[in-house]
Amino acid sequence: MAALPPGRIAYVNARLLDPASGLDAAGALLTDGETIVEFGPGLFAAGVPSDVEVVDCAGACLAPGLVDMRVQLREPGEEHKESLRSAGEAAVAGGVTSMVCLPNTHPVIDDVATVEFVARRARQIGLAKVYPYAAATKQLEGKELSEIGLLAEAGALAFTDGTKALRNAQTMRRALSYAATFGVMIVQHPEEPALAEGGVMNEGEMASRLGLAGIPPAAEAMMLERDMRLVELTGGRYHAAHLCTADGIDIIRRAKARGLPVSCDTAPPYFALNELAVGEYRTFAKLSPPLRSEDDRRAVVQGLRDGTIDAIASDHAPQDQDSKRLPFAQAAFGGVGLETLLPVSLELYHNGHLSLLEIIGLLTAAPARLLNLAAGQLKAGAPADLMVFDADQPHRIAPDNFRSKSKNSPFDGRPVQGRVLLTVIDGRLVYQAK
Amino acid sequence: MTRETIFPHRHLLGIQGLAPTEISALLDLSDDYVDKNRSADRKMTTLRGKTVINLFFENSTRTRTSFELAGKRLGADVINMQVSASSVAKGETLIDTAMTLNAMHVDVLVVRHPDSGAVKLLSDKVNCAVINGGDGSHEHPTQALLDALTIRRRKGHLDGLTVAICGDVLHSRVARSNIHLLNTMGAQVRVVAPRTLLPSQAERLGVEVFHDMRRGLADVDIVMMLRVQHERMLGSFIPSIREYFHFFGLDYEKLAAAKPDALIMHPGPMNRGVEIDSDLADDVERSVIREQVEMGVAVRMACLEVLTANLQKDFR
Repeated sequence: MAALPPGRIAYVNARLLDPASGLDAAGALLTDGETIVEFGPGLFAAGVPSDVEVVDCAGACLAPGLVDMRVQLREPGEEHKESLRSAGEAAVAGGVTSMVCLPNTHPVIDDVATVEFVARRARQIGLAKVYPYAAATKQLEGKELSEIGLLAEAGALAFTDGTKALRNAQTMRRALSYAATFGVMIVQHPEEPALAEGGVMNEGEMASRLGLAGIPPAAEAMMLERDMRLVELTGGRYHAAHLCTADGIDIIRRAKARGLPVSCDTAPPYFALNELAVGEYRTFAKLSPPLRSEDDRRAVVQGLRDGTIDAIASDHAPQDQDSKRLPFAQAAFGGVGLETLLPVSLELYHNGHLSLLEIIGLLTAAPARLLNLAAGQLKAGAPADLMVFDADQPHRIAPDNFRSKSKNSPFDGRPVQGRVLLTVIDGRLVYQAK
Repeated sequence: MTRETIFPHRHLLGIQGLAPTEISALLDLSDDYVDKNRSADRKMTTLRGKTVINLFFENSTRTRTSFELAGKRLGADVINMQVSASSVAKGETLIDTAMTLNAMHVDVLVVRHPDSGAVKLLSDKVNCAVINGGDGSHEHPTQALLDALTIRRRKGHLDGLTVAICGDVLHSRVARSNIHLLNTMGAQVRVVAPRTLLPSQAERLGVEVFHDMRRGLADVDIVMMLRVQHERMLGSFIPSIREYFHFFGLDYEKLAAAKPDALIMHPGPMNRGVEIDSDLADDVERSVIREQVEMGVAVRMACLEVLTANLQKDFR
């Protein structure tokens, strides 16, 4: 790894983007060792002192490193799909400096030792910082609460059963209530399991033509409606992951208007693709939740525009060839996303839906705030977790070049604009585009 | 005021609804019995010829023994009836039991039942006085009285004290009776528990709600620990004993937030290492747990005396 010696480094000729403070201006930024010292439009106007190393950004954007609040890392247990190292390399190539992993590993992240294992391994690797979600219920079985208090003390940021919905209403009620005792939130995969069971794509004309079993959009709405009642009952902090339906977003919109402590995120496939991406049984487009209709996709964009959706996460779900080269119904769900998170999200900027600063905010300051993470903003004294990117550079998504062990991208071959040039973690250069 | 009029009730079914003067009178009378129990000649004749039946639909050793001893010290004939609740088809059989007891001319019935309200139901059907020995998650009035007596003897008064009740408030009849009694007597009551172990709208019971022991115990005079029925709780209400003790078990470190002379109480039986540190439970400087047991006999003697004296009167 090209680790620079901890000295003073000046990033000059940059377009500084800091969503937390609203800063969008040409300027420079100085780091010393692991932290940001100062930044601003006027910095180094009179030249950079000779003892400071200079990185010329040549007009590119300098922003906080991305905070990805939903990734599956597969280590421990399924290292043939992804490891903490390969995910770390994929992350920094995508400009991600902090990521939060789901507990659906083997063993499940439901005890203090596994939380500490993941954190320690990631620290040793020294790439993107990894923060775990811990299981809300033991073994993700949806029955007995995990040791939420001890796990939170050990560093678990929030609690979720990962890709499984907390289906039992009483369990969800107690999880919300118990987690609120410790001020931590429950993250739900909002999908009514009985309605989703056996389904492999969005229910509708497309599924009917393909002869595939569908998952109705109501599966999302029903679980969210139920959960809103439980949030109201318990006062617990609730976050809905990867929203993808118009009805689902509307439920969160109304809940927020009523003042309930809820938030939600979505992932790039749900605002950049619709069910047509399944085409002729493309298993890389088999995602959970499934790609929805064009109306739903537009509703996701609208939810991002009006602030109903709080954040964008990659929903990175690595699957090897053996899991995807199968008849559609048998193939595994999920797509990799760490290395396409920024360019696909930037489509919202290039298409005029959101400003550049708003997009970066949804990928940095917003998720960090939801998770109470000291990350995602440019701040003197904060860790120097940064990315330098060109917002306009055109290229095609090429999974063969991914650092991730798995190549299952639903965006394979898609023309996009925007590329990460440099990624810096704790002041060290950890990625540089060729 | 004579002893016949201090407590104008036929039964003792709960603390809720009792007047401060009635509670004080019971405690004063109990105080006398504490002294008598410590004297060499403890046998009295106050209840000679009276029959007390301990009718227990739930396992109990200490409460039943305490009532038995109280009755016998007063000279009553005491009979224990242990009925396994699972073998009882509820409702109808409970009333059948009442009818049977009526035919036996019992004077006082002490009843414990796993269902809230069952003791009240029985009391409506019998001719004798009924003392609630604990019904479901509803009330356990003699426990609250003995707790109050313990506190009053140590602190001299109840009003103005701050009492933290910690643990499984949701399922606890002891907590409910204590909350009613302490509020009636002018104490400030706090409850400290994870949210899953608090009843809904707990603050409406007149308590201040805390979810953190150090904050909840700050400057309190009394720390009342509740028993955690961990065999029933695990997984659903709390994740593990280890986690429970870490956050809500009473140890010296958490106790440091309380006043230096704060007393520790527990209704028993204790789960050492679950809700209370074992050394702390045995610490004679802080723990009054054994004293509570002694007060229990005196309080039950007072209740038996008052209710038997009321037997000939006509209360609605």
